[in-house]
Amino acid sequence: MIDFTAIPPEVEAALASRRSFLKGAGLLVVTLSPAAAQAGPYPDPNFRQLDSWIVIHQNNTATFYVGKTDCGQGTGTAFRQMMADELDIAFDKTSIIMGSTDTTVDQGGSGGSDAIQADGWPMRRVAAEARRVLLQLASQRWSLPPDQLTVRDAVISAPTDPSKRLTYGELIGGKRFNVTLAGNNVNATTGVAKLKPVQEFKYVGQSPQRYDIPAKVDGSLKWAVDVKLPGMVHARNIKPPVAGAKLVSIDESSVRNLPGFVKVVSKGNYVAVVCEREEQAINAARRLKVNWEKPASAPFPASEDLFTFMRAAQPTSRSQPTVVGDVTTSLAGAAKVIEAEYDVPFQGHTAFGPAHAMADPSNGQLTIYSNDMKSYGMRNGVAAFLKIPRDQVRVVWMEGPQGFGRTAADDAGFEAAFLAKELNRPVRVQWMRDEETAWDTKGPAFTFKLRGGLDAQGNLVAFDYLAQAADYNHVGYNEADSVLIAQLMGIRRTPARGGGDEPDEMYSIPHRRMASEVVSLPLIWETPLRTGNLRDPNGPQVTFASESFIDELAAAAKADPVAFRLALLNAGTGDDSGFKRARSIACIKAAAQAYGWDPRPSPKRVSKGDILTGRGVAYSFRSQTVAAEIAEVEVNGKTGHVWVKRLVCAHDCGLVINPEGTRRTLEGAMLHSLSRALHEEVTFDTEKVTSVDWVTHPSLTHADTPAQIDIVLVNGDPNPNRPDLPHYGAGETACKPLLAAVANAIFDATGVRLRRVPFRDQRVLAALKAAGI
Amino acid sequence: MSKVTLKVNGQSHTVDIEPSTPLLYILRNDLGLQGPRFGCGLGQCGACTVIINGNAVRSCVLPASAAKGEVTTLEGLAQNGKLHPLQQAWIDEQVPACGFCQNGQILTAKVLLDKNPHPTDAQIRTGMASTLCRCMTYYRIQAAIKRVAKGAA
Repeated sequence: MIDFTAIPPEVEAALASRRSFLKGAGLLVVTLSPAAAQAGPYPDPNFRQLDSWIVIHQNNTATFYVGKTDCGQGTGTAFRQMMADELDIAFDKTSIIMGSTDTTVDQGGSGGSDAIQADGWPMRRVAAEARRVLLQLASQRWSLPPDQLTVRDAVISAPTDPSKRLTYGELIGGKRFNVTLAGNNVNATTGVAKLKPVQEFKYVGQSPQRYDIPAKVDGSLKWAVDVKLPGMVHARNIKPPVAGAKLVSIDESSVRNLPGFVKVVSKGNYVAVVCEREEQAINAARRLKVNWEKPASAPFPASEDLFTFMRAAQPTSRSQPTVVGDVTTSLAGAAKVIEAEYDVPFQGHTAFGPAHAMADPSNGQLTIYSNDMKSYGMRNGVAAFLKIPRDQVRVVWMEGPQGFGRTAADDAGFEAAFLAKELNRPVRVQWMRDEETAWDTKGPAFTFKLRGGLDAQGNLVAFDYLAQAADYNHVGYNEADSVLIAQLMGIRRTPARGGGDEPDEMYSIPHRRMASEVVSLPLIWETPLRTGNLRDPNGPQVTFASESFIDELAAAAKADPVAFRLALLNAGTGDDSGFKRARSIACIKAAAQAYGWDPRPSPKRVSKGDILTGRGVAYSFRSQTVAAEIAEVEVNGKTGHVWVKRLVCAHDCGLVINPEGTRRTLEGAMLHSLSRALHEEVTFDTEKVTSVDWVTHPSLTHADTPAQIDIVLVNGDPNPNRPDLPHYGAGETACKPLLAAVANAIFDATGVRLRRVPFRDQRVLAALKAAGI
Repeated sequence: MSKVTLKVNGQSHTVDIEPSTPLLYILRNDLGLQGPRFGCGLGQCGACTVIINGNAVRSCVLPASAAKGEVTTLEGLAQNGKLHPLQQAWIDEQVPACGFCQNGQILTAKVLLDKNPHPTDAQIRTGMASTLCRCMTYYRIQAAIKRVAKGAA
C-alpha cells in the first residue's frame, strides 16, 4: 500500500507558466528571443533580459528571480531587501524565486560567500533599471519628463499634478518589460540606471524577518527530501567496504525475494539496489551479497600516522612562495627564534541530513529535485555525465540540510539521474548516515612548520611559514568526471590539484616567507578521503596555525596579544584594496573593547582549583571581510574538558544588508569552527574511514554552547558614510580565527600550547599532565 | 505484512506494512508528514523526533508496531491555527539556519518544558544535548526556550 503524493500541481504549473513567460508568451509579446524559441523544453533564462529577473504583477507586487541558493544564511531575504530598495517597492510586497535552472538565470548557485559581495550587484542594477523603465513609461503616458516624477512604494506620482498617480502594477502588471540589458557575463549585467546612494536605502540595514522561517517551524515546508512522484522507487547505494576495492561479483539472489525488490544496478564499482519502499531499499542494501577484491596496497595511512606520512611525503606541487625581505638572514640574527609545528586532521562536512535527490525521467526529459547549492553546475554535470542535451535537463532547487560546500559535489543528484535513466522511473536516492559521514568530501588535512624571530625589543622581525595540505585531486564543482559515481564507474580526469594556502592578515613584518605544498595520499580515486570545499576550504586550518603562532611570539615577547597584533598592523604603511588594514585595526580594537580586554601577557598566572580560565584573541580576513574574535575558556584540570564560555566577534563586511541575519550567520560560523576545534576529526585505519556516525564523529552540542556571544558589526571604512559603501560576504570569514582564539585562550588559562586539533578532553588532559598541571 | 493502526495528530490511520518498519518511514511516506526527517537512522541526532505519551521519541529506530499511544509530530503542534509558543519563539528569535534539525529541537524543547517549565540554563544545555544542529543554531535555540520559559505562568 503506497499512497504517493505528487509534487503539488500548483508548483509544476508555476514552473511551466514561468518558462512560458520567459519564452515570450507573456501578455505583451513584442518579440520572441530567437535563442528561447529554438531551444528545448528547458532553455537557459537569458540574463540580458530584464524579464528574466523581475516580474511586476497586476496587484502591484513584484517577484524577483535570482540564480542563487540560500543555504540557511538568509541570503534570499537580503536579496529582496537590496532589490526592493533599488526598485522602490515595499519589502513585504516582494517575493523571490531562487536557484531552479529553467526559471532563474545562472548565477552559479552558492559558493565562496559571494552572494552579497558579487551577485548582489547585478541584482541591484536590474532592480534600478526596472525602476527607471517604469518611470519612463509613466513619463511617456503623462508627457512629463521623468525627473518631474517621484516614486514611493511602487507608486509613481507627479508632484506638480496630484491627479497623476500610477502604480507599477497599473503600468506593467503581468506584462513583459522587453528590455535588453548589457553585460559580458551575468555578474556584469546592467541597464543604464544609476544605483542609489546607500543613505537612501529603506530596507537595507534593517532586519526584516526571514520569509522562509515560518514554514520551517510549522512543518509545512516541502524540502527536497519530501518530493514524491507517482511510480517512484527508492534506491540505496552499496559502497566498497575497503577504499579502492574492485567489484568482483554480486549475488542478486541474496535480495531477489525480498519484499518490494525492483533491481540491482551496477556499473564499474558503483552498486545500488532499488525497491518499491524506502525501508525495503535500506534492508536490501544491507543484505545484498557483494564480492569485493581488496586493493593490492593500502589506500592511505591510518589516521594516527597521517601527519608523519604527510611530513615525509614528496610534494606533488609547491606554491610560488610569498617573500618579503630576507627571512633566513633575519632569523639568523634574531635575538630570539621560536619554532612550532601544527597539525589539523581531515574534517568532514558530516551534513546533518545525508545526500539525497529525486530524478524524474518522464517525457524523455530529466528533472532533478535537489538541494544542490550549485544547481546550475549539477544540471551541466548531469547532462554531460549521461550525454543528454542540456536543454532537456533541469534542476529544481529546494531546501535541504546544511550546504557549506558538500552539495557542490552532489553525488546523490548524479546517482538519482543515472538510476532514473536506467529504470525509466522516478528514483529517489538517499545516503545512509555511515555512508555520508565516511564518504562525504573532506576538508583537507594540514601540517604546518613555522619559525619566527624577535629582536631584542620583542618586535617580530621574521616570519617563516610552510604549509602542507593533503589536497591532491580536490573535487567540488559537480563536474561530470569528478563526482563519486563517475569515479566508481572508472572515469578518470586530470587531478585538480588543490592548493596549500597562506595566512590572511595585514601584519607588517620586515622579513617574511610563506610557502605551501600539496601532498597526496596513495589512493586518489574512489576514496572516502577525497577533498572538497568545506566552508572556507583552508581558512580554519591555516589561521589556526598562523594566529596560534603569532600568540606564541607575543608570549615570547612578553607582550599583550592584542597590543602585539595592533603593533604589527600599525607598523604598516600605505593601504590596500578595501582598506583591509584600517578595518583590521578597527575590528581588533572593537573586539577587545566589547570583551573588556585587560592588557597583559599570556599566560595568566595559573589559577588554583580545578577550573582554569583564560582568554584568547585571533583575527583574519577572507576576501574583503575582516573578523577579530575573542574566546573565553574554562579548562577543567581534572578532566581536560574545555568549555568556551564566551565568544566575541567584531566583523566588518562593509555595508550590512540585514544586521540580525548577519549576527546569526556569524554565530553559526563561529560555533561551526568551535565544533572543529573541540570535536571533529575523520579517523581511519589503512582500509576505511572509521568515523561513521555521531558517536565516532562527535559534533558540538547544546552542552558546549557558550553562555554569551557578542557580535559587533564594525564599519571600519576610512570614509564610513560614503554613498557607495560596498557590501562584502559574511558566510565564512568568522570561521577562520576561532580555532586559534580557543587555543590561545587555553594557553592563557593553562600555559599549555595545543598545536593539534581537535582539543578533545583526553588530548587536553594528556597535555596538562605532561606539563605537570 | 500486517495491519498496524496508528493515531497521529488526532487522526487514526491503518497501514499494511512490515511491522518492524521504523515509524519514521510510515509517517513520511504513507501519511505524507514532513516534520520528522531522516538524519542518522540511529537515534543519535534527533531529526526524526516525535512525541509519544509526553516523551520525545526517535521515530527512526522505533518499530511502527511499538508506537503505542498518540503520536504528535511538528505538524500537530499548532492548535486551532495558532502556533505553539515554542514555534512562535522560534520565529521571534529567528532561530533556524537551514532548519533541517528544527523539528527535533522544537519537539525536544516542548517535552523539556512540559516536564520542567522553568529550567535553568544548565538544565536546558543538558536536556537538549543529544539533539544536534550542524548549522550550530544552539545559542538561538536556547534563547527561544528561555523566552518561552520566562513567558510561562
